[in-house]
Amino acid sequence: MTVPVEPVLEISELSVAYRGAAGDVRAVERVSLSLRPGEVVGLAGESGSGKSTLAYGACRLLRPPAVITGGSVTYRGRRLAGRSVEVLERTPPELRELRWREIAIVFQSAMNALNPVLRVRDQLLDVVEAHLSLTKLDARERVASLLDLVAIPRDRLRSYPHELSGGMRQRVMIAMALAVDPEVVIMDEPTTALDVVVQREILGQIVELKQRLGFAVLFITHDLSLLLELADRIAVMYAGQLVEVASAHAVHHGPAHPYTKGLLNSFPSLRGPRRELAGIPGSPPDLRSLPAGCPFVPRCGFATDECTKVDMVLRAVPGARDPGHVSACPFVAPGAQAPDGKGTVSEVAS
Amino acid sequence: MTVALPVRGARARGATRRAAGARRLSTKARIGALICALFVVAAIVGPMVAPYDPSAQSFAPVDILHAPSMAHLLGTTARGEDVLSQVLVGLRATLVLGLLTGLIATVLAVVVGISAGFLGGFWDELLSLLSNVFLVLPALPLLVVLIGYLPQRGQTSTILVLSLLGWPWGARVIRAQTLTLRGRDFVAASRETGERTWRVIFFEILPNEVSLIAASFVSTVLYAIGTSVALAFIGLTNFSQWSLGLILYWAQNGNALQLNAWWWFAPAGLCVALLGTGLVLLNFGIDEIGNPRLREAAGRVRIEGRAWRPADPTPVVRSGSTRSPAARPEAR
Repeated sequence: MTVPVEPVLEISELSVAYRGAAGDVRAVERVSLSLRPGEVVGLAGESGSGKSTLAYGACRLLRPPAVITGGSVTYRGRRLAGRSVEVLERTPPELRELRWREIAIVFQSAMNALNPVLRVRDQLLDVVEAHLSLTKLDARERVASLLDLVAIPRDRLRSYPHELSGGMRQRVMIAMALAVDPEVVIMDEPTTALDVVVQREILGQIVELKQRLGFAVLFITHDLSLLLELADRIAVMYAGQLVEVASAHAVHHGPAHPYTKGLLNSFPSLRGPRRELAGIPGSPPDLRSLPAGCPFVPRCGFATDECTKVDMVLRAVPGARDPGHVSACPFVAPGAQAPDGKGTVSEVAS
Repeated sequence: MTVALPVRGARARGATRRAAGARRLSTKARIGALICALFVVAAIVGPMVAPYDPSAQSFAPVDILHAPSMAHLLGTTARGEDVLSQVLVGLRATLVLGLLTGLIATVLAVVVGISAGFLGGFWDELLSLLSNVFLVLPALPLLVVLIGYLPQRGQTSTILVLSLLGWPWGARVIRAQTLTLRGRDFVAASRETGERTWRVIFFEILPNEVSLIAASFVSTVLYAIGTSVALAFIGLTNFSQWSLGLILYWAQNGNALQLNAWWWFAPAGLCVALLGTGLVLLNFGIDEIGNPRLREAAGRVRIEGRAWRPADPTPVVRSGSTRSPAARPEAR
């Protein structure tokens, strides 16, 4: 399905830790993930699984005491004409060039990310003026066209954030992210605070804009059902590690890792037979002292003694239709049922 | 549930203990606390350890305006009094005045500020009007008039007058903070769970204002000390009770500056200045205690021997920290 193109953003073996007096909290552990041009990659996982830390860490936006302890992040944009940029090696002024112009972010809470005392226009102008050298008139025209892009009437330019609805604010955030034509847009739960109708509208808009402007999206969410529809590929994180990466189709129809199976089992599907929602018992492990082997063992229905000795690397899933389908679990096959029934997809709608 | 990491080396262990133990204060705050503690100790034991009676005059020529010597560590005044004894005795009166004024004015400020902010409506109007009136009163001239014409010109009347004029600043700030806190969800939630009004005020709202109240207290103490010294300097004080201000009054009266008798006025002046510095530094520390967010991570963080500011990009530290997941040291 995918032609091998060079990824626009390549995160490899990235590790991020939070330094504390009691030791490092290893929030992201040797995660490799690549984002091809124009692709939507979904990053799913529970709260605290390291999704946001991974994305912000790759942009070096995390504040100390967060520390990147290893790995590399390579960016190759069209504007760089074939050169590649090592994000982790860059100095602060070089990073400033890279941020927003190349990699933009739609932050989680539009209420807090917009300055309440500035008009929408001024906030958008800030972005444009910081990165492009346009005349005042051109900059204003660009800002107005940005609102067109996200289907907000132009007369809203003079509004303050509190005068906009939640959906509008989120769309302003998206417009702001797209203000200077980035190649990569990181979306950190952009629709979590919105109701489903508005959520649907905004997701549709993201897809449409992506097709029109050709940026790649790293979409962070805990809502796997949303990703099944939106994303080209889905990466599932657990306890700071990737446990499965596959195309959305493969994740939906043949999840290989027990954790992914559990996630899929935590929400009802609209079509197909009714089934019991199993969820995932227990809670995520303490990142300061992960157990040996697979961190999911205490909550896994498939767990055996072998699991505590397993090396957490992503391996190709045998017999998967998607050649890029990788999972960290070498024992469980996509169709397998858990011995005690927990954490499995009992019915698969096709 | 939480398993502690086996920590390497004594340094890591010390850090753990420190974090678990007393709240960590910044160096500024520690210096301020130290200075203030020294002054409090001096004020408590000062009169007992004073080598001479501060009012004992001696007109022997050797005792008049003598520069610091072994017999008089801080020299003598024009009337042969020991300056060190005067400072040690005077410190207590000045400090007691400052602390009492701070206490009374802060209590007034808290009561007025929280009532105005929390009750709203008519009471807010009334109390705000009151504090605005007191705020625009020109303090020093009024103090001069009040203290000058009060029948008894003593410590108590000065404290009362200073308290009466010192509360409106704090009250305004606390009222504003109470207004914003009153609208927060946690206050609405606590009302919804059936907490009584006094409980909402004292257990929900007040703890959020601790740093504000403490800062208001410290600055009122500072104001009281400064003003009382100024009043004493112009002669509006009880002449039978030694205070730092009275020392300065006599020094000025005796032309200490013209006579180059620096030891007469410098110790008292330095005490006032140092006390002020200590109080201001302490104020920073109170901010950190009252606002948990200021305590850690908000400021600079030291990682791998380098200080990082919050605006810096995420530090990249590769040395010795990359471990393969197969060989996790803490998974023993």
